[in-house]
Amino acid sequence: MLTYILRRLLMMLPVVVGVVFIVFAILQLTPTDPIRTVLGDMATQEEVDMMREEMGLNDPFFTQFYNYVKNIVTKGDFGVSYINRKPVTSEIISRFPTTLSLALMSILLAAAIGIPSGIISATRQYSLFDNGVTLFSLISLAMPSFWLGLMLIIIFSLNLRLLPASGFYGPQYWIMPVITIGTGCAAGIMRTTRSSMLEVIRQDYIRTARAKGQKESIVIRRHALGNAIIPVITIMGLQFGRQLGGAVLVETIFAIPGLGKLLVDATATKDIPVIQGGVLFMAIVFSFINLFVDILYGFIDPRISTMYRMKKAKKVGAANE
Amino acid sequence: MSSNPTTQLPYRKKSLWMNAWKRLTKNRMAMLGLGIISLFIFAAIFADYIAPYRYDEQHLDKIFQFPNKEFLLGTDQNGRDILSRIIYGARISLQVGFISVAISAVLGCGLGSVAGYYGDKIDNVIMRVMDVLMAIPNVLLAIVIATTLGPGLQNLMIAVGISSVPSFARLIRASILSVKGQEFVEAARLVGCSDARIIFRHLIPNVLAPIIVQITLSMALSILAASTLSFLGLGIQPPIPEWGAMLSSGRMYIMDYWYLVTFPGIAIAIIILALNLLGDGLRDALDPRMKK
Repeated sequence: MLTYILRRLLMMLPVVVGVVFIVFAILQLTPTDPIRTVLGDMATQEEVDMMREEMGLNDPFFTQFYNYVKNIVTKGDFGVSYINRKPVTSEIISRFPTTLSLALMSILLAAAIGIPSGIISATRQYSLFDNGVTLFSLISLAMPSFWLGLMLIIIFSLNLRLLPASGFYGPQYWIMPVITIGTGCAAGIMRTTRSSMLEVIRQDYIRTARAKGQKESIVIRRHALGNAIIPVITIMGLQFGRQLGGAVLVETIFAIPGLGKLLVDATATKDIPVIQGGVLFMAIVFSFINLFVDILYGFIDPRISTMYRMKKAKKVGAANE
Repeated sequence: MSSNPTTQLPYRKKSLWMNAWKRLTKNRMAMLGLGIISLFIFAAIFADYIAPYRYDEQHLDKIFQFPNKEFLLGTDQNGRDILSRIIYGARISLQVGFISVAISAVLGCGLGSVAGYYGDKIDNVIMRVMDVLMAIPNVLLAIVIATTLGPGLQNLMIAVGISSVPSFARLIRASILSVKGQEFVEAARLVGCSDARIIFRHLIPNVLAPIIVQITLSMALSILAASTLSFLGLGIQPPIPEWGAMLSSGRMYIMDYWYLVTFPGIAIAIIILALNLLGDGLRDALDPRMKK
């Protein structure tokens, strides 16, 4: 298992470097002059030239890229903001916990709603509950999350005056953002759970389990769910990535000082180092989550870990022959 | 001796596509989706005749009117009729949906089929690049591209289109791989078809079904992504009536005028719901084995 994790980490490396390259290259093409962003239109040509040299913007593209990567790898340094001259890294680190906790809370809520309702839907296919849940999931998959957020604000903050409309200071501030992100995710998880369970529930081993007199709850929980959970985990990993992207919107609407808000504010001022750093950081986190999901498969599904062990045994066997 | 030496095989009246269409028409939800989409397309084309006002017609003496008989969905801060703006907005959203999906489908099909057909090194290079693009959450990739290109309708379409190229490429590649080994491909090669001809005339038509489903579903995602970018101020700028941009400008007055943000959002939700219903229906209709 450990070698597997290490190998996956090694495989992740080129992808991450590729992400850095692509984001760096695209943002390099931005037509605005960063120096003018920093110094404003009043600066003299001399000042501009000095600044350009100081920031290394006269270097060829690949030298700039190399320096950028080198600074990230050796010092964890994502550069300095054009606007307020603060280091991007500290900015990201101070804001990331907010975004992460928001994403974690929403995925937990989504799983807590999506998985059980998906199971019930599958076991009682075409029942009133199933139809209701399917309708709910269709609607919530179609709603733009930023619109849902605004509707929640109108209802709960402006009309009922129950919840605060902006900020992120305590549990009552979390409710609306978490629901806003979680609803769409819950729908996705529910749909996947339902279709995966429906597939499994028709298998022979389920009939066998029932035939031997196993309690229905155990049949569903252990025999069926155990085999149906892999696609659900996959979708949850993907949803998590989408949430990191979705944080951009939700944090804007609820004025939450997270990574997403940082990014949106940076796009308004064309603060390239901040955009670059923020996107890269999220992409790296996303890659780690995918890795984590893959490792999780091994723990959940013994077939996968055995497959890996057998491959290794075969290799050893072949070497011995 | 038989009197009729050439027994005529029964003429196949219905093609594969006709069968699929028949199955689709039996799916009530899918037909509902198709109906709604047709309605939106109709509204977009004939907006000049349907909309009660022009999208930029200002009634400065009637700003912030709550929904009433004269303005069915109310007016905004410039006294513009919301209903008319939503109807004209269908133009923009559908346009963005069609064109950005066309961009991603053409690029994705091209890259995916080349990767799948040639395999080996080319496949490796293309798919690793796609892996890299997929490692960046879609919205973020679109934001990065939109930041570089700047706001505007065309740039928005490019940003949204490019950000969903990888999922198309992956799908096409997998489908191509599944038919590549079949005899008719070998036969085509034996009679001297060029690679391009094999890909475009023989392989792609055979994997059209999943492509069509993907096009429908990703149209929904594109419309959503486009309104997201406009909402963030990276897409279409006022006064063009884009639903996301309407939400964004209405957000400032949310305290007093709830209807400014409510109706454009409903429009987005309805078109996406319709596209999703049609996409699911198409999936069932084109691949009957999938249906449970």
